[in-house]
Amino acid sequence: MDKHFPEDLQYTKEHEWCTVKDGVATIGITWHAQDALGDIVFCELPQAGEKVTAGEAFGVVESVKAVSDLYSPITGEVVERNDDIMEKPEGLNEDMYGDGWMIRVKLSDASELEALMSKADYEAFLAEEEG
Amino acid sequence: MSENLKKTPLHAQHVEAGGRMVPFAGFEMPVQYSGVVDEHKAVREAVGLFDVSHMGEVEFTGARALEVVNRIITNDLDKIADGQAAYTVMCNESGTIIDDLVVYRFSAERILICVNAANREKDFAWMEKQTNGDCEVKDVGDDYAQIAVQGPNAEALVARLTSTDVKAIGRYWFAVGKVVDVDAIIARTGYTGEDGFELYVASADAPKVWNALLEKGADLGVKPAGLGARDSLRLEVCYPLYGNDIDETTNPYEAGLGWVVKLKKAGDFVGKAALEQVKADGPKKKLVGVELVGRGIARQHYPVLVGGEKVGEVTSGTMGPTVEKPVALAYVPAEHSAVGTDIQVEVRNKPIDARVAKKPFLQK
Repeated sequence: MDKHFPEDLQYTKEHEWCTVKDGVATIGITWHAQDALGDIVFCELPQAGEKVTAGEAFGVVESVKAVSDLYSPITGEVVERNDDIMEKPEGLNEDMYGDGWMIRVKLSDASELEALMSKADYEAFLAEEEG
Repeated sequence: MSENLKKTPLHAQHVEAGGRMVPFAGFEMPVQYSGVVDEHKAVREAVGLFDVSHMGEVEFTGARALEVVNRIITNDLDKIADGQAAYTVMCNESGTIIDDLVVYRFSAERILICVNAANREKDFAWMEKQTNGDCEVKDVGDDYAQIAVQGPNAEALVARLTSTDVKAIGRYWFAVGKVVDVDAIIARTGYTGEDGFELYVASADAPKVWNALLEKGADLGVKPAGLGARDSLRLEVCYPLYGNDIDETTNPYEAGLGWVVKLKKAGDFVGKAALEQVKADGPKKKLVGVELVGRGIARQHYPVLVGGEKVGEVTSGTMGPTVEKPVALAYVPAEHSAVGTDIQVEVRNKPIDARVAKKPFLQK
């Protein structure tokens, strides 16, 4: 899949994306995150009922070479986990914004969304990070 | 990337091919091109090219060259013929490993040794000291580039570029000939567990040979492969990596490399007395294969537990793309080293059930 960052998502500096519907956030990793990791071979995610906190690690993805923590964009309770992507983590390289979603979280504090980046902000951040 | 990093003669080819460059052993090296899994599978199923020009080479020449090298290494050069190579380790007086090497015997008066990139200066200083003027010893690492051509189609590919009868070169033998139209050492050696060759050519000739291999190998499925695939390939077949699995705190018996220690060879060698003692007592720890029963991937430095207590550490670990399961090596006390022993690996502060696995992970 070519490099792209959908307009309708919000982004973090740790390269996660997030989109909210009816107070529930769907969370995944960005094209940039999977590209930097390479072939993803393992993924560990919290199950329904567990709490996640904005800015704190909620799971792990691993490529052949590296281990990388996942950081939650928002705080809340996990209501659904994508078990399919844990079984077939290569889907994170193939469809990171679709079938590669990771968890759905019931928001505790919707104001946290204001701290997240738009597509334009994220692309500017990436350009700066890459120097 | 830091300007202090050295570049191999094939650096421009890597950048051109989209190689992702990373610092490794003081060099800027490609970790991957198309992707680690794709490159790994190309080597197992077709043929892959690795630039291993960062590796060092040391040449011993003179009437006493063989005798000098035999005193430095644990393997026995009297047991191989001219035109043959041997894998060995080089130990210090306490019998622990300074480096692992491939030694090429051109004749009793000329021996070429391939050393790990990260150990080049250390090894050369040690070799010079041990040689003590008894023969010529020269660091020729800058003269040579090295291209590893690895995989089931390697023989067909190399055969297209040389008039040397490569079929006739046995495993761990080598020939001197022309590849394309440049001088080369054509060695049937490698670090992937596949059939293949390592081509030593003059640094200036390397781009020509590399380009020809890619061009002539298109229908054989040739791909450039990076350090990532090199690591996953060697780990599936349990070849140790210096700095991870072996170093100056480990001896060859602990590392499962007792087969390269020839205690009965003629003459003394560095570390012999210490190694005789280790062999008599039996190694206290052993490098074992580890397979996880629970979900997870064991990585370097993860603790190995028995009964909740830390007894050892993972030295290398990744997901094996061909065996399609996590693969790892770890040192454990000898009493917990039998295949099938239940152990645990601590993955991110959580103990995961594991067991000592049969080596190598990939059975061919």
